[in-house]
Amino acid sequence: MRVVIDHISKIYIDRRGERTEALRDIHFSIEENEFVVVVGPSGCGKSTLLNIVAGLLSSTSGQVIFEGARTDSKPHTAVVFQDFALFPWRTVLKNIVYGLEERGVKKEEQFQIAQRYIALVGLQGFENKYPHQLSGGMKQRVSIARALANDPLLLLMDEPFSALDAQTRTLMQYELSRIWEETHKSLLYITHNIQEAVFLGDRVVVLSRRPGTILEIIRIELPRPRGEHLTLEKKYLEYVDAIWSHIKNQAREAMEEEV
Amino acid sequence: MIKEVHQPLVEKAIVQDKTYFLQVKEHPWLSLFSFMVILLLWEGVSRFEWVPPLFLPAPSAILLEGWTMLKTGVIFKHIFASLSRILWGFLIACSLGVMVGILIGFFSIPEAIGNPIIAATFPIPKIAILPLLILWLGIGEASKVAVIALGVFFPMVINVYTGVKNVDPLLIKAALSLGSNRARIIKKVILPSILPMIFAGMKLGIGIALLLVVAAEMVAADAGIGFMILTAADLMQTKKLMVGLIILSFLGIFFNWLFQKLERFFIPWKQ
Ligand SMILES: Nc1ncnc2c1ncn2[C@@H]1O[C@H](COP(=O)(O)OP(=O)(O)OP(=O)(O)O)[C@@H](O)[C@H]1O
Ligand SMILES: [Mg+2]
Repeated sequence: MRVVIDHISKIYIDRRGERTEALRDIHFSIEENEFVVVVGPSGCGKSTLLNIVAGLLSSTSGQVIFEGARTDSKPHTAVVFQDFALFPWRTVLKNIVYGLEERGVKKEEQFQIAQRYIALVGLQGFENKYPHQLSGGMKQRVSIARALANDPLLLLMDEPFSALDAQTRTLMQYELSRIWEETHKSLLYITHNIQEAVFLGDRVVVLSRRPGTILEIIRIELPRPRGEHLTLEKKYLEYVDAIWSHIKNQAREAMEEEV
Repeated sequence: MIKEVHQPLVEKAIVQDKTYFLQVKEHPWLSLFSFMVILLLWEGVSRFEWVPPLFLPAPSAILLEGWTMLKTGVIFKHIFASLSRILWGFLIACSLGVMVGILIGFFSIPEAIGNPIIAATFPIPKIAILPLLILWLGIGEASKVAVIALGVFFPMVINVYTGVKNVDPLLIKAALSLGSNRARIIKKVILPSILPMIFAGMKLGIGIALLLVVAAEMVAADAGIGFMILTAADLMQTKKLMVGLIILSFLGIFFNWLFQKLERFFIPWKQ
């Protein structure tokens, strides 16, 4: 299976008829079992792109195509949102089985699947807690488990760790890297953090500032499994540097424009 | 330049909590005490006939009157009559209000049709519609239940509508991305989201229901608390009248308590 993001453009038109061009001609693909990261400066249209791929927003032109997938007209994706988007009236377990309920999976099976993912994200003992009783990091683990339990063709993550503090964020990156190596889901991951992009991705798509266009697509040839040791390696730092030099000018221009 | 402030030099200044007065302090004994004092004053005023008991009977006399009405059972007839009207009107209004509120909140065509109708009918005091309802439905139970239902319907429908409009769109997106369709979203996202608003609507509604039941019973009825109060006033039975008022107060307190308990039970995820 591969997901082709086929020349996507998006122009927002607000109530007063004002146009905001968010994305221009975005074209790349996500291979089976590939971890693709999109980085770009704030406001360049990353969330817009993710919502279009998730089927939560329509594009102005271009389309998203799932090739060679067993699916109906609504390919199965699951999104991990920046703000968790957990259902406050559902416990951890109930949140995780939500997608399974919608697909008519039997009760016992729901429970078994949920248990597996609860263990995967390390939340044993919290099954019956409500979201408001959890820390930010735990909430995002629930959200990841909920998305994975639904067994999507493509997993989508929109800056999932940016609402977390710096330490938790770093730990969650290691966690996600470990989880991904166990599941090898096709994954489209969005961030504005370059280190995070290099640490996690097989390929990094670098977007320009708004309207977002692709500046470059970089293949990250770093061995897996990736862990803390990686962040000290020369090659890793070179990748970070290369991407930063691409984005630097963009970010500076954007800043100057705002002032 | 900021002007230099001349203040005396102190050895040490200890920082005080400036928000101290904002802290919630409870004075349960004071509440009880003041309540008792007022009752005692009232008792005194009537006992010594500073005010004629015909206008203001003593609390003890009212209590005694209530007790005899309780023993003879006449009081139950009135309470039962009023309660059943409230219950029916309330049930109809709540179920209709929730349904209509969700409909006009979630779907654009019902919204376009429903909004102006509600905007036009909402401001009419419901008691003004009672004569029309009596004309249509007769003088019996139906018109009384209908006027209560009408009165409770509006706060309910407006609350539910507002609730639906304020459902976190991110949760709807999450549900969609996990495979829910529109009907399932109503059941699994909208309904739980608006539960607090439904309860708020019920609390508003019960006050209106009490008001309307009494008003309707004063217009035309042969039983009910409103009827009881009106006939007592006609016959200058002030004690009986006061018993009616106390029952109304108790009913209001009881329903508030009930809704609080129900809310706790149905919304366990609220801190
Ligand atoms: N509903 C909307 N209507 C009009 N303009 C919008 C809308 N949503 C987003 N935009 C604009 O489109 C551009 C891209 O927004 P988007 O949220 O995709 O950026 P982003 O890259 O995710 O930013 P961030 O890193 O801050 O999350 C922004 O300039 C934003 O103002
Ligand atoms: Mg974004």
